[in-house]
Amino acid sequence: MRSLISLLSGAIFGFGLALSGMMNPARVRGFLDLFGDWDPTLAFVMGGAMLVMAVGWLVQKRMSAPIADDSFNLPGTQIIDRRLLGGAALFGIGWALAGLCPGPAIASLGTALQPALVFVAAMLAGMAVYALVDRKPG
Amino acid sequence: MSWTAFPNAAPLEGFLGGLLIGTAALIMLLGLGRIAGVSGMLARAATLSRSDTPWPMAALFVIGLVLGAIVFAQTIGPVEATFPPGWGWLVAGGLAVGFGTRLGSGCTSGHGVCGMSRLSKRSIVATLTFMAAGIVTVALVNAFGGAW
Repeated sequence: MRSLISLLSGAIFGFGLALSGMMNPARVRGFLDLFGDWDPTLAFVMGGAMLVMAVGWLVQKRMSAPIADDSFNLPGTQIIDRRLLGGAALFGIGWALAGLCPGPAIASLGTALQPALVFVAAMLAGMAVYALVDRKPG
Repeated sequence: MSWTAFPNAAPLEGFLGGLLIGTAALIMLLGLGRIAGVSGMLARAATLSRSDTPWPMAALFVIGLVLGAIVFAQTIGPVEATFPPGWGWLVAGGLAVGFGTRLGSGCTSGHGVCGMSRLSKRSIVATLTFMAAGIVTVALVNAFGGAW
C-alpha cells in the first residue's frame, strides 16, 4: 500500500511536470529572465500546486495520523541560518545555469535521457560531496 | 494558449500541471505523512542522506517521476524541451543544485510548493532566496553573452 502510494505520487508529479512545461529548461530559464523575454508560466505552476497543498495542510491539521502510516513525519525546524540561505542561493545559481531543478531533471530521464543523465549525475555528485563534508564533526 | 504580452507563456498548461503537482504532494502528505520534496527523496533513494524515510518509499517516488513523464510522452505527446548547449551548463548546474539543495534542506518542491503553502517562514525565505539567486544568475550570464 505504502509503495503504491509513493509510486502514484511520483507518477502524478512527473505527469504534472510534463504538462506544466517545467521539463523545458528554456522555459524555466525564461521565468528567471526577468529583465529579458520574461515567461511567467512557472508562477502559474507554483500557484496551482500551492492551491491544492493549502487545502492539504488544512486537512492534515484535522488528522491524527496519515492514511497509510503510523504518524506524520514533517520538518519542525524554524531556524533561518546561513546553511539555509547559502544552500538556497547555491541551488538558485545552479537552477539558473542549467534551467533544471531536481524534479524535472529526474522526470527528463524518461524523455531526454542524455542531457538529463549528465545533469542528474552531476547533481548526485554534488549531494555526495555534501554528504562527505557534512559527516565531518565541527 | 498564450498572451500577447508574454508570447512564450503557457499559463493554462502551467496551472493544470501545477494542480497535478499539488495533488501528488497532497497524496504524499495525507497518505504517507511526508513532504514530497524531490531533492530529499532523491538523496534518500541514493543513500546520500540520513533521513528516516524508508528507502523503498523514496526510490519508488523517484521511479514514479520518470514513469509519469513517460506516460505523458506516450499518451499526450512529446515533452518539449530545449536544453542548454554543451555539457558545461548541465555539469555546473547539477553540482550546484546537488550541494545547494542538501545544504539548504530542499528545492522548488519541498520549500516552494509544500513549505510555502504551509506558511513556513523558513521555506518562504528559502524560496525567495533561490528565486532571487536564479534571477541574478540569468541576468549576469546574459550580460556576459552566455544566453541560450
